[in-house]
Amino acid sequence: MSAVLAKVVAHRLFWPVVMLLILFTINLIAFPGFFTISVRDGHLFGSLIDILRNGAPTLIIAVGMTLVIATRGIDLSVGAVAAISGAVACSIILGSPEPGSLATVAVAVSVALLISLVLGVWNGFLVAVLGIQPIIATLILMTAGRGVAMLITEGQILTVNSPPFKFLGSGFWFGVPIAVIIAAVVFGLAALITRRTALGMFIESVGINPEASRQAGVRARGLLFAVYTFCAFCAAIAGLILTANTAAADANNTGLFIELDAILAVVIGGTSLAGGRYSLLGTLVGALVIQTLVTTVYTVGIPPIATMVFKAAVVTVVCLLQSPTTAEAFSGVRRRLALRAGKGVAAS
Amino acid sequence: MTDPAAPVVEMRGISIEFPGVKALDGVDFRMFPGEVHSLMGENGAGKSTLIKALTGVYGIDGGTISLEGTHVAFGGPAQAQAAGISTVYQEVNLLPNLSVAENIMLGREPRRFGAIDWRAMRRRSAALLQGLNLDIDPGSLLGDHSLAVQQLIAIARAIDVNAKVLILDEPTSSLDSDEVAELFRVIRSLKEQGVAILFVSHFLDQVYEICDRLTVLRNGKLVGEYLVEELLRIDLVQKMIGKELTALDDLEQRARSVVVDESDAATFVHASKLGRRGGIQPADLPIAAGEVVGLAGLLGSGRTEFARLLGGIDRADTGELAILGRVTRLRTPRQAISHRIAFSSENRRDEGIVGDLTVRDNIVLALQADRGWFRPIPKKRQDELTQSYIQALNIRPANPDALVRNLSGGNQQKVLLARWLAIAPRLLILDEPTRGIDIGAKAEIQKLVFTLAENGMSVLFISAELEEVLRLSHRVVVLRDRRVVADLENDGLTVDALLALIADGSVEADDTLLAASVVASDAAPPAASAPLAPTDHAPGGRA
Repeated sequence: MSAVLAKVVAHRLFWPVVMLLILFTINLIAFPGFFTISVRDGHLFGSLIDILRNGAPTLIIAVGMTLVIATRGIDLSVGAVAAISGAVACSIILGSPEPGSLATVAVAVSVALLISLVLGVWNGFLVAVLGIQPIIATLILMTAGRGVAMLITEGQILTVNSPPFKFLGSGFWFGVPIAVIIAAVVFGLAALITRRTALGMFIESVGINPEASRQAGVRARGLLFAVYTFCAFCAAIAGLILTANTAAADANNTGLFIELDAILAVVIGGTSLAGGRYSLLGTLVGALVIQTLVTTVYTVGIPPIATMVFKAAVVTVVCLLQSPTTAEAFSGVRRRLALRAGKGVAAS
Repeated sequence: MTDPAAPVVEMRGISIEFPGVKALDGVDFRMFPGEVHSLMGENGAGKSTLIKALTGVYGIDGGTISLEGTHVAFGGPAQAQAAGISTVYQEVNLLPNLSVAENIMLGREPRRFGAIDWRAMRRRSAALLQGLNLDIDPGSLLGDHSLAVQQLIAIARAIDVNAKVLILDEPTSSLDSDEVAELFRVIRSLKEQGVAILFVSHFLDQVYEICDRLTVLRNGKLVGEYLVEELLRIDLVQKMIGKELTALDDLEQRARSVVVDESDAATFVHASKLGRRGGIQPADLPIAAGEVVGLAGLLGSGRTEFARLLGGIDRADTGELAILGRVTRLRTPRQAISHRIAFSSENRRDEGIVGDLTVRDNIVLALQADRGWFRPIPKKRQDELTQSYIQALNIRPANPDALVRNLSGGNQQKVLLARWLAIAPRLLILDEPTRGIDIGAKAEIQKLVFTLAENGMSVLFISAELEEVLRLSHRVVVLRDRRVVADLENDGLTVDALLALIADGSVEADDTLLAASVVASDAAPPAASAPLAPTDHAPGGRA
């Protein structure tokens, strides 16, 4: 029994899940209807649904970020890429004679996604070919990207009136928010592609020991291109959802600081910034923790000025729980307890 | 060293348990001032664990530790160091981008008014270096020195804190004979100052040269403590592995009996004028199928550099390589692998294993990379492969899901070998596959090389131990100063003959080398620039 318990506690997802449950509990106490999910106008409705829907863009980016971080990299440009994709889509829709037609939106979305691929290849080129440190390489696009988005929107906030586009952000399908469905698909595909093929192992291998991987014949360069491109692609999807949700492209504010939330989600999920072993499931829990935090702030009624401090406190606790030093302290105590228990049995 | 009265370190009944493993079981260990003590045992015997118990890295579950008669319990290496127990690890843990003085004084810089007193720092480190008779500028960058010098600087750092006990963990594994002599000189002078030195090494010769007393561990248990002069080597080896060591003798006989039939053995690879600037002068090397070719030479002689060209790790800038008669350019290791050429690096930690992946992942990595990411090896096949190699190579623990970084050095090496064998190589390049691993594993790996060659695989074998090269190779290629100086059939070759070639390439006195086809010996540079001294561009040489 205690062996099972020890195994559960030692699991890398133990503390993030505990954190999530604690947050849920706080919410439940402050707002008894927290877990209630009802159907209104044929749509699912409730706090949990809100968390999923509002957390979708962060989760989508965090999925891409997980793979980048697993290769020892980081992508700071995702917020800027999200802004660019939103700007591109909106300007295409605005420039079209029929902003409300499905074809226009399809073209706008496709072009935005294609451009994100180019941006991802650019990041991949800087990191894989020129060998620039990922944090510097993606910093370039992080700062330049918002400028590009600004050029595309010509400094305006582009407001579009296009129902099919709006549907991406706030529509429902069989009662489930579209954003949640998109996030589920991205998450599922990423998990499937990396874990059902050898891609995941190669990504981890390159993240742990690039030179050993090269000598074993792993194509590290191609792999880096792939993860940065995928990450930018994820960012673009998130950018489209964010833009569609407000039906407006704001070069300055779309996806602002979302890179930090995404990185945080990855880290809370137990993937080390030093690269190597990654957990997409962990990232999912991490993204949920972050979004639940935001919701908690509202339900508990924490004053807005204290929000950041509250968020920081929770994140600090999670990080502390996951640090190797804390883990060691815990395992030391556990080992001693187990030994003592063993001796007790032997004595009796 | 006759019966010294009081041991400086006394450990009694030390036990340490890890989940599922008794790493140490009631081990006694003591060290006397002014002695060099060796801790002997195979990989996994508990040597590192005992050292870590002494230095406070691990807490002990049973037993007592006394330092100069008082009970101690260190909370970590820093406390142990403050109490006078310093450790220099196998891998030099210093900062190459800081100066020598900064490295020596790191963490305990002399201060004046809160700021670092740079002059005092330089003065003190200079005095320390002088005390060890080392002519090193304290202001120079650490990274500019060879690995051997860095090791000595690490020792200087360790003894600065008034060490009573100095622990040297595999200090000689990357030093050449001159550098070892230098290290031993330093050890002897410390010994005279009354420091107790724990010298851990796999090299029996060195243990017998420098040590006064030794303690043998096996499977976490104490076998015994002996005076070195009273213990025959063969007895020591027997105590370490706990069984008669006949494997090596068997090999010797088998080596003599294997004869490659040159006439019908196809040449698998043929390097002609293959070279790389700053690495190896253009050189020729044919390797037949089923042939074991040994590369002999000092570290920095170009032996590793040449092997890396053949393995596609580095690109050649002159010459060409023919594989089965077809000229091929190897640009990446990946291409070499697709030609079934496997290169196993001497740098196991940085270029070999992927520590945080499992044994299974490490074994299938190269095979999987060759198949491409989209065609994963079925889980069942992976398990079969892993199981068969765990059994064939006797990998311990026999757990495919264990993380490789938790395995001992010898077992990591076996995992690495398994990775390369899994791609069914036609040429296996082994660069120092037996370095830093125990005798049992060494014999197993040597035996494996034979079996493979008998089955038609070509092997290029590099080892610093000339006996090993001679034992295993059908042909020996000698390198010196980045060029091939001789290519000899291993027929009556002796270590002395090889040494002579490695040292200066003059063969006129060697009538024993009947089959010697000495290459480029006249083109060799004057002897003054050649001999055993470490070269300036390499971390150091080794005999």
